[in-house]
Amino acid sequence: MKEVGRITAQFPEGMQKSALLRVLHLAQAEFGWLSVPVMDYVARLLHLNPVEVYEVATFYSMYDTKPMGKVKLEVCRTGPCMIEGAERIVKYIEYKLGIKDSETTADGVFTLKTVECLGACGYAPMLQAGEKFHEHLTEAKVDELIEQYKANPVVNYMGM
Amino acid sequence: MARKLLLENAHIEGIHTYDVYRKNGGYRSVEKALKSMSPEDVVEEVKKSGLRGRGGAGFPTGMKWGFIAKPEGVPRHLLCNADESEPGTFKDRYLMEKIPHLLIEGMIVSSFALGANHSYIYIRGEYMYVLRILETAIAEAYANGWLGKNIMGSGFNLDLSVSPGAGAYICGEETALIESLEGKRGNPRMKPPFPAVRGLWQRPTVVNNVETIAAVVPIVNEGGDAYAQIGIGRSTGTKLISAGGNINKPGVYEIEMNITVEEFIYSDTYCGGIKNGKKLKACVPGGSSVPILPHYLVSKTAAGQDRLMTYESLSDGGFATGSMLGSGGFIVYDEDQCIVRNTWNFTRFYHHESCGQCSPCREGTGWMEKVLHRLENGHGKIEDIDLLWDIQRKIEGNTICPLGDAAAWPVASAIRHFREEFAWHVKEPKACLERNYGLVADRTFETVTA
Amino acid sequence: MAEQTEKINVTIDGKTIAVNPETTILNAARIIGGEVAPPAMCYYSSLEGSGGKCRTCLVEVSKGSEKDPRPMPDLVASCCTPVMDGMEVKNKTSERVNDARQGVVEFLLINHPLDCPICDQAGECHLQDLAFEHGLEKTRYEFKRRTFDKIDIGEYIKLHMTRCILCYRCVYTADQLTNKREHGVMKRGDAAEISTYIQNALDNDFIGNVIDVCPVGALTDKTFRFRSRVWYTKPMDAHRDCKKCSGRAVTWMIGDEIARITARKDQFGEVKEFICNECRFDKKEKTDWVIEGPRHIDRHSVISANKYEEPIPEHTPLLNKA
Repeated sequence: MKEVGRITAQFPEGMQKSALLRVLHLAQAEFGWLSVPVMDYVARLLHLNPVEVYEVATFYSMYDTKPMGKVKLEVCRTGPCMIEGAERIVKYIEYKLGIKDSETTADGVFTLKTVECLGACGYAPMLQAGEKFHEHLTEAKVDELIEQYKANPVVNYMGM
Repeated sequence: MARKLLLENAHIEGIHTYDVYRKNGGYRSVEKALKSMSPEDVVEEVKKSGLRGRGGAGFPTGMKWGFIAKPEGVPRHLLCNADESEPGTFKDRYLMEKIPHLLIEGMIVSSFALGANHSYIYIRGEYMYVLRILETAIAEAYANGWLGKNIMGSGFNLDLSVSPGAGAYICGEETALIESLEGKRGNPRMKPPFPAVRGLWQRPTVVNNVETIAAVVPIVNEGGDAYAQIGIGRSTGTKLISAGGNINKPGVYEIEMNITVEEFIYSDTYCGGIKNGKKLKACVPGGSSVPILPHYLVSKTAAGQDRLMTYESLSDGGFATGSMLGSGGFIVYDEDQCIVRNTWNFTRFYHHESCGQCSPCREGTGWMEKVLHRLENGHGKIEDIDLLWDIQRKIEGNTICPLGDAAAWPVASAIRHFREEFAWHVKEPKACLERNYGLVADRTFETVTA
Repeated sequence: MAEQTEKINVTIDGKTIAVNPETTILNAARIIGGEVAPPAMCYYSSLEGSGGKCRTCLVEVSKGSEKDPRPMPDLVASCCTPVMDGMEVKNKTSERVNDARQGVVEFLLINHPLDCPICDQAGECHLQDLAFEHGLEKTRYEFKRRTFDKIDIGEYIKLHMTRCILCYRCVYTADQLTNKREHGVMKRGDAAEISTYIQNALDNDFIGNVIDVCPVGALTDKTFRFRSRVWYTKPMDAHRDCKKCSGRAVTWMIGDEIARITARKDQFGEVKEFICNECRFDKKEKTDWVIEGPRHIDRHSVISANKYEEPIPEHTPLLNKA
């Protein structure tokens, strides 16, 4: 709540709607995903009409309006990453975890998501987990990452 | 050795901290501007420098600043566009991560020039860890009196905040960025009115790219004339190029805008040549939206002149035989890469990122993606090539914002220069699939698909 | 007396007219009238912020102004581009415009279900008119069309999202006419949809107007659904005393029965006086209304073939106002 106050204070009086994107990041970090009650709560916090929150939450690709695994592996699939083997990395993760793109493992630990360019084209292929960029991926590196997150399924998620 | 104006000190240990940055000459431009210059003087230096917007469009920054409306009693805003999302581009992240105070310093001087008292850095949500680096640096700047009330006793007040996006390429378009910063969907606005008249919260607003704002620091320090001496023609100063693809040394390079493309690709100072001793097939010199250049137009223009890393030289020949410097997202393709596959991949990107407001982009990007997907996967028809050409032609120039053009250009240029490769996909689908399948195939993949 | 503002001259398809500064090209063209006026699917003059999205009203500016005669490089949306003194615009007379407009129509249709035979809007559908005038005969789109489930949004309104062209008019209507907007545009790109997200019912007093502003059959009147084809009903201007709205509407008759009630639309299909839900949905008895007389529907589409139309005795003042 203190954080919400700090964020809202960055904008002039009456412009608290500007805080919405960041507050939604906070809410998602807190609750894991943006359910309707969570979005309604955010709407109340910022004195917004709930539909304004739904519109925004469904527009931006980082917001999840469905439950996710504890660790989201977001693999960049765009141009420069593709030519450096992003597809192979995706296939490998699918094989390792036994899930397809956009699916969550049965134990609820991992969700695999392919995403568009994350601005790490020179260090391809790459994935983002929480806030962390994992670059120059190889199969061995993916093995390591998966082991690490399996042992400790905590990522520094957005907005924390 | 080429001069570096932005990344000169980027390698210094601890440069992201205030003390080290200050010790290495940081915040000199603020001292100079606030103590000995008027806002108009700063604008004048920027005009003299010939600095052009580094986000992609290359519009003269001084002129853009000159457009800002100054109605009595209405606050103005400077927004920094750190929504870097153009595939191939990762220079701003590098700059903000390595040397955050340079951006903050640039924001202070630029805000002073524009008479803005509350400025914002809008950063893409995926760069949340960079946002934290910036917020730490901003706190240091406040603590040391570079931000806040009455900075250095000059009477100039400035607050600086960072605000995140949440995953939308379109928010790099300045009016979509403004909408997003207002807490709305990133739908670009109709123009007019332009942001310079009615931008953030309907107030006069200037939106500049990270690198543009950082470049104001050396311009104020050394003077606009000195800056303008670097480079060739209207391509003044230095430019950050983020190089990726099939090269030996991917990364961010600061170049003087006078070197040749050949040197940039092959010299060990920069990309270090094509990886694995392969041959160059094509190059996208300015981020995914600019036209792709086939190898024979990379080093030389159609007129036979050396192609230079400048706005003018890269666009020499127009779209028929040229491209654009764009955002400086430089992507190199070796002989094994498939242009159809790459074009499909880029088109999928634009389809994914279309805001959906206007019909040509909303419907056209998806249509192109489907046709390209069909071609790439061996189900294409020879007429598909002309169909694609016609779809892109009907998107280009007919949309609210430049995303339509950005989606159309890669398709147009790929067909223009690589039509045979598209036709090959229709005539020899099996051979193409095997070739492209090979790009993703290996033991693991076989295991998975078996 | 208010000072007369200096009028400025604009020429559209060779016809010159003097208009107030700030007038958009589209509105100037509408004053000239006829073929000169570009079609508009998303612009709605009484809804602030509308326009610019559908791109059907694109025109070519062949001369920017007297001061700066350079042509504009790209086609511009006439609904949100203000005229300049001496500006020259080409609409029907521009090859580029016709070509681009054909493209826009094709884009609007690739994901449209083309279910006119079972659509209540048929006969008064702007997309139908547009496709009739500018479209290709055959689709070049060979992929699965985007579909959505039909949903009831409230007691009176059916949302058939598959037909929607995302003009945003209904969103602006809810924003500007009602005290709480309950629906909006969710998601983005070609996945974008009009929705309440939480299957809310739209039940605001003036929400029924979203039906009238919808250019296609995405929002239809559930009290009229499938009762009749529009062209078999007979539009009559009618009014009643209403505390909430002007009470001036059109009753669409089948024989002596009121089949549906809409607001009155001008020649460009725009409502100038919005009506309340009570007038629209609840007053379906002939005795609820004072019938003024047959209404002339000035349209070039299927509906103008209305065989019931009689010579109009006299224009009502309202009609002239438009």
